[in-house]
Amino acid sequence: MSATDPRDAIVEHLPALRAFAMSLCRNSAQADDLVQDTVVKAWTKFDKFQEGTNLRAWLFTILRNTFYSGRRKAQREVADVDGVFSANLASKPDHDGRLAMKDFENAFAKLPDEQREALILVGASGFSYEEAADMCGCAVGTIKSRANRGRAKLSELLHLEENDSMELTDQSTMAVLAANARSAS
Amino acid sequence: MAHDSENDNVRRQIDENLRRVYQEKVEEELPDRFKLLLEQLKQKEKNGGAQ
Repeated sequence: MSATDPRDAIVEHLPALRAFAMSLCRNSAQADDLVQDTVVKAWTKFDKFQEGTNLRAWLFTILRNTFYSGRRKAQREVADVDGVFSANLASKPDHDGRLAMKDFENAFAKLPDEQREALILVGASGFSYEEAADMCGCAVGTIKSRANRGRAKLSELLHLEENDSMELTDQSTMAVLAANARSAS
Repeated sequence: MAHDSENDNVRRQIDENLRRVYQEKVEEELPDRFKLLLEQLKQKEKNGGAQ
């Protein structure tokens, strides 16, 4: 028996797997349970993994399948995406175009599962549209449209589509802009 | 119309923030339970003998 087990590579992907789980679950305790279930499945079904293919994609696929089969049992959809919530979101991009992280995360959490998933896969974790489509078992166009709808919803929730210069109301934004103007001159 | 470039800008901002939020989570320290879990899985297999 050799000392190296190909499954030892799983551990390298755990941080990314956790990040993906957290974006799906929106709750870190639940996310860790999901990662745990995923690891156990991957470990015991490792013979199903085709060597030479993308291990991370394989693990992500197991994780999302586990997530959705659990979801079906506890059928719960995000109801009010655009109502109350958008009123609470007041952030404006700062001088780096960064949004307040908390506001962004809150808005992100309001998106339907499929849109969050598409955005994380292609927008954040660096998978191609083709890989993401493979992992989600759908067409490339479907992933694209989910990602685009997700972006549109986020920009709506965060008021990004509005012309920022039209509504510089809060003090901190003004201060940032003033500082920016000074450093630019 | 500056609409397209405005859309691009919004898209860029969103993707940047997505990466930032995701990266922050990736960089979190891995809880010990996962190392333990992997050890347990290995151990169980060794003891059970079944492969």
